[in-house]
Amino acid sequence: MKSLRKFLDKNKPLFQPGGKFSKFGSTFGAFETFLFTPNHTSKSGSHIHDTIDLKRTMTVVILALVPTLLFGSWNIGYQHGLAFGIERGIFENFIFGFLKVLPIMIVSYGVGLGIEFIVAQIRGHEVNEGFLVTGILIPLILPVNIPLWMVALATAFAVVFGKEIFGGTGYNVMNVALIARAFLFFAYPSEMSGDLVWVYDLAGNKPVDGFSGATPLAYAAQNATSEIASFKDMFLGLIPGSIGETSTLAVLIGAAVLIFTGIGSWKIMLATVLGTLFMGGICNLFPANEYMTLPAHMHLVMGGFAFGAVFMATDPVTASGTEKGKWIYGFMIGILVVLIRVFNPAYPEGMMLAILLMNVWAPLIDYFVIESHVKRRLKRAKIKGNA
Amino acid sequence: MSETIKLRKGLNIKLQGGAKPEMETLPLPSKVALKPTDFHGLTPKLKVKADDVVKAGDALFFDKYHPEIQYTAPVGGKVVSVNRGERRKILEIVIETDAKAGSVEFKKADPKSLSGDEVKEQLLQSGMWPFIKRRPYGVIASPTEKPISIYISTFDTAPLAPDYNFVIKDQLATFQTGIDALGRLTDGKIYLGVAPETVFGNLKNVVINTFSGPHPAGNVGIQIANTKPINKGEVIWTINAQDVLFIGRLFETGKVDFTKVFALAGSEVENPKYYKTVLGAPVAAIVNGKLKKSDYKQRIISGNVLTGTQISNQCYVGFYDSQVTVIPEGDNYEFLGWAMPRFNRFSFSRAYFSWINKNKSYVADANTNGEERAFVVTGQYEKVVPMDILPVHLLKAIIADDIDKMEQLGIYEIIEEDLALCEFVCTSKIEVQKLVRRGINLMIKEMGN
Repeated sequence: MKSLRKFLDKNKPLFQPGGKFSKFGSTFGAFETFLFTPNHTSKSGSHIHDTIDLKRTMTVVILALVPTLLFGSWNIGYQHGLAFGIERGIFENFIFGFLKVLPIMIVSYGVGLGIEFIVAQIRGHEVNEGFLVTGILIPLILPVNIPLWMVALATAFAVVFGKEIFGGTGYNVMNVALIARAFLFFAYPSEMSGDLVWVYDLAGNKPVDGFSGATPLAYAAQNATSEIASFKDMFLGLIPGSIGETSTLAVLIGAAVLIFTGIGSWKIMLATVLGTLFMGGICNLFPANEYMTLPAHMHLVMGGFAFGAVFMATDPVTASGTEKGKWIYGFMIGILVVLIRVFNPAYPEGMMLAILLMNVWAPLIDYFVIESHVKRRLKRAKIKGNA
Repeated sequence: MSETIKLRKGLNIKLQGGAKPEMETLPLPSKVALKPTDFHGLTPKLKVKADDVVKAGDALFFDKYHPEIQYTAPVGGKVVSVNRGERRKILEIVIETDAKAGSVEFKKADPKSLSGDEVKEQLLQSGMWPFIKRRPYGVIASPTEKPISIYISTFDTAPLAPDYNFVIKDQLATFQTGIDALGRLTDGKIYLGVAPETVFGNLKNVVINTFSGPHPAGNVGIQIANTKPINKGEVIWTINAQDVLFIGRLFETGKVDFTKVFALAGSEVENPKYYKTVLGAPVAAIVNGKLKKSDYKQRIISGNVLTGTQISNQCYVGFYDSQVTVIPEGDNYEFLGWAMPRFNRFSFSRAYFSWINKNKSYVADANTNGEERAFVVTGQYEKVVPMDILPVHLLKAIIADDIDKMEQLGIYEIIEEDLALCEFVCTSKIEVQKLVRRGINLMIKEMGN
């Protein structure tokens, strides 16, 4: 490692202002801090700092996503096998699926990081770590059949218009990965919905009899609740769907990691679940159609709910920043998910739109939480003033 | 005894090198110094020049805008130099000590028999006044204002902090005299914040509040916020526990005696313990020969690791500090540090493995463990601030220079030390204490004291 350090120290001046490659200063800096935690020491205020930094935080989130990636890869193989009557082992299923996911990940990371590096360089900033998580989130919320050029286009759109124009990581209003998905959803609906996109190679090929490729949400939207897979199958994730979203179990493992490390907000996750059960419960009480009779807890394992609640809603940049606001924000997501799913026939899945909508509302929620905080403080002052 | 106020938010950072309860009296240092830079916002006017001979308690300089506040020599002797920095800013006034120089004679009297004005005059003349600070803002109190009460914390919960139970236990009578003197300065009460285990429980003429919980429970600002939070227009005075002793001695003997105990602590100290010396002592007199041999840089801090000031070996200990901490500088690179398990590094989050052993003590260096980034992770600051305050939003108001919002969100209730833990836990390495001071400076500039 010493020789590597020496090499970096020797070449560092070239990349600093005035150096030959000063144009690539941010790029050099990004690789240097990736390889070595910097030797910066405290110059003001506290002399000691917590060991955690943004790189570690993002790394933990990526680790938490690994179970969904592993299961999602396996499920691609499994669903493909079901559709075409092919028998494969667990490992073969996984390899089959992983080889389909890998190109999507490479495109997503390549395009996203490329833009991040260029923008950082133009602005003269350090490269921020935010995209490390976004880059893996994007593949996990897309259908396996998505053309790679669409992944590239959506990633570029999301990073530039979802994040960089607001100032980069930490300043974006809406979740970047969801913007990518929403972009595809509205720009190329035929690649993002229907019964044929969720299982590899299903479009244009004839599956075995009885296999439709429809997701539970699609059945539900058609009021065909009897066709929906069992709670157990949906919980385990043995259903068609976006790559990383199907297994609630895998998501829960990730949730446990996020909550235990203190990186994901358990308040938001819990509030989202409660909101969904609340709204689902109301639907159950006043069932006007078959979908409304669907037990509220089924919503928790269908579609992207679990994945969204754990990995998307908790994005600290776009969620509410106040602790009270987090409860409201999560609860509202839960309510909106059910509303969109049940009452809007055009959108079988409500999680993406619910989160994006609440992303926009989050500053408003914070505003009211802060106002009520200020009012309470003022009241305290007045009571004291009179006494 | 009142009931215990339990504070749940906060964080005890367990570091290696806490001072053992042993006291060593150091010989009178050959030089002492007073540093005008220790006093926030002070414009000093010199009263002495080099080669002047002074007694302990003779004024060295005064405040240009409050000429009645004198800053006096902690020990008698000869003024050897007035060290200046950029633009002739006075950095330190150095005195070569002379044990025979003696002290200026002040009134020796039971403060209870004196009027408030007499006590005040004596404190101003003897150089005791600067020990009294005011909230809001944590600056030196103005002699013309009336505080609604005076708060004193008798315990320090900061990492490696001195234990005042040990330091003051034999001087409780003097402490009481000091309290009685301070009691003449306010129509309100004196509030004493004590730890659950305390030697201060039997003091008179005070209201005792017991606080339990992790750091910053010992911060006087936190104690105020959890008993009688400051509102706009109110003034509360505060004073450090050891500084009450100076006032007590002044009235008991009629002389100034700035003998003070410092805890020498930190992982770089061979045998951490307490040293009795004098206010303004050179840090070399305390640390020389007592540090571990090392081939890396060491950082000497006057004060604790969260709020103290980095000083060189040639410097003098800060006016308000009761401890000297020495930790590794940590100015080295670590290969793929962010990806390593780092069992030996402390983290408030559980993203590293310090959660495995809760009782383990750590070596912390001054490395920031990452670069400054945009603010990303929410909910961290709130976990370490046991006050009715939204720290993140207060800081945002400060960044926006929004005075109304700062006022609404509680700028009057905090000083740097109260949010120091936010700076420690911050994932994005934001310089919180610097921001707090910036906000306070703006308030002073725009609103006056």
